[in-house]
Amino acid sequence: MKRFRFNQQEIVFAVFALLFLVFSIFLRGFLTPDNMLTLLQNVAVLGILGLAMAIVVIGRGIDISLIAALAVPPGLVLQMVQNGHSLPASLLTAVLLTIAFGLVNGWLIAYAEVPSLFATLATGLLLAGLGQTALFQLDVVQWSPGMDGFERLGQGTILGIPTSIWMFAIACIVVAFLLRQTRWGAYIYAIGDNPYAARVTGIPSRPIIVLQYVITALIGCFAGLVMAASVNSMPTRIFNSTLIYDVILVVVLGGIGLSGGRGGVLNVVIGTLVIGTMLNGMTIMDISYAGQNLIKGVVLLLAVITDSFLNPRNEETAQQGDI
Amino acid sequence: MKHFGNPTKAIVAALGLAAMTAPALAQQGLDEPFQKPFKEALAGKTVAYVPVAMNFDLTEGWYAGLKKELEPFGVKFVIRDANWNTNAGAQAVTSLISEKPAVMVVHNPDVQTYAKLLQRAENEGIYVIQINMGSAYRSSAFVGANWVEIGERQTEGVVKACEGKSNKIAIIQGALSAAASAYTLKGVENVLAKHPEIKVVSSQAADWDAAKAKAITQTVLKQNPDLCGIVGFWDGMDIGTAAAVKEAGLIGKVFVATSGGGERKGACELVKSGAFDLNMSYDVPTQAAQMAGTIKWLLSSGIKPGSVKGSEYTTLIPITKENADSQMACWNLSDLKK
Repeated sequence: MKRFRFNQQEIVFAVFALLFLVFSIFLRGFLTPDNMLTLLQNVAVLGILGLAMAIVVIGRGIDISLIAALAVPPGLVLQMVQNGHSLPASLLTAVLLTIAFGLVNGWLIAYAEVPSLFATLATGLLLAGLGQTALFQLDVVQWSPGMDGFERLGQGTILGIPTSIWMFAIACIVVAFLLRQTRWGAYIYAIGDNPYAARVTGIPSRPIIVLQYVITALIGCFAGLVMAASVNSMPTRIFNSTLIYDVILVVVLGGIGLSGGRGGVLNVVIGTLVIGTMLNGMTIMDISYAGQNLIKGVVLLLAVITDSFLNPRNEETAQQGDI
Repeated sequence: MKHFGNPTKAIVAALGLAAMTAPALAQQGLDEPFQKPFKEALAGKTVAYVPVAMNFDLTEGWYAGLKKELEPFGVKFVIRDANWNTNAGAQAVTSLISEKPAVMVVHNPDVQTYAKLLQRAENEGIYVIQINMGSAYRSSAFVGANWVEIGERQTEGVVKACEGKSNKIAIIQGALSAAASAYTLKGVENVLAKHPEIKVVSSQAADWDAAKAKAITQTVLKQNPDLCGIVGFWDGMDIGTAAAVKEAGLIGKVFVATSGGGERKGACELVKSGAFDLNMSYDVPTQAAQMAGTIKWLLSSGIKPGSVKGSEYTTLIPITKENADSQMACWNLSDLKK
């Protein structure tokens, strides 16, 4: 299986290299340092979300509620500061809310044994609904003077490189460390590869699954804070957008099989680069919205077909609520 | 007392006094004949409100404004939130037709979906008022912005700012399916047809999404650092557009025009900070007041629903640095709700 995984990664990398080459030759203004930074900056938040999704997908799950975790806790921070609370207190509340949310997700999936697809579909709606009815006054939560200084998380540059790219890099390092250097990371791979075998060998699989969803929610919240800082507001309605599909696209395109146990941070980075290059090139070419959707759809379809061709489903890897 | 020694004089004085006091004594009050039927026409009536979604400045503002104007007259105000779901909205309108409110205030998601339903509603005896986004069916009243005019005036602002500069502009559209976006684009085209020197380097849809608008604007600015103006289609989305301009260090060099409901945080404060150079506001409280006025007029007139049809296009307020500080240019949702 290992040989196949590298194949998938290689194919996507080849696609990326080809796209990059073609754009560099034929698109004036594509291959400039400035545009490269813009390209990365535009997909940084998507990349961070991809990392969050990768953790659960490697553990043979999926988290559809990720966008709710992106929108609601950071929205709560902005709303609380707007209502006169201090920034640290607001951040702490948001983090606690995120952890609670991750625990609910994890409990439902690990202990109540609800398939992750359905559990997170429901909890995502729940959290977004809670935000809309109880937490926010308006869909778009505006920046307020109490937040001043915090926008540096998503705006401006450090050493000439936009901050959001740094944030993506930091998230990459943290997740890579977690997955590759800690015992918990090894457990996640083991559970993703074969949950029953993992349990038999004595891995505490239920607590580890809960941990996965808590970490994913926290990374989602972090991505939301970077996004809010970057656009000076939190458009909480983003929950209703198709962003979640873009995140899955990044993960699958990068070569992390949906059947779990494979892939890592590098795959997310490659997936993000492919999407970033595509979006940037299409924006420079001024392709119409419908055309962009068509191209994105075809690429996702190709990626999913390649995935099921290289990582075929069988009785061992099939799971309830598989997508 | 010497004065009153003359009886004639005393009588005249007494008569004069009587003449002055008589009307006051005789006053029984005069009934204004039209206020009672007016009150009766309004009391206990139901007004149903179907916005595309609650929780954003426009729909919350209309809701607060209508409630404030109508509830004191005993009008029952019900709300059916479609929450960005066109199907849910159509269902809400359908069920309202059988519930028979006196008036329906409808915010269309597009031109076609509700058109037939609204016609049916008026045939069933329900007045229909459409707000900001009209449908293909012309009902008793339309209260709202003229999107074509918004597009024209924004573009005129951008074209003027571009004089003597690169003449390169970008357009950040909303969602392609939204008629408001398409109408605004028509307005943009109308002005551009008169100005062949202007070159549109990018015209993309950002789906009303600030993050997408920012990404597009960043890429466009990197390709065209000499861009002189951007026409954005909604201030809630163009926060992202403005953030990209700010990050590129081009505030003041790139003229950002946008439009919205004029809520203070989303409009005036962003104009003051330099994020937007022009925000065409369709002043939501005024729209709400006009809607309420129309409802009062329709209910008290007793005319048959659908027998008169008219429009009240909103007078736009261009918010610029000059008036962003004034109390009247923008409004606060929290104050409107009080």
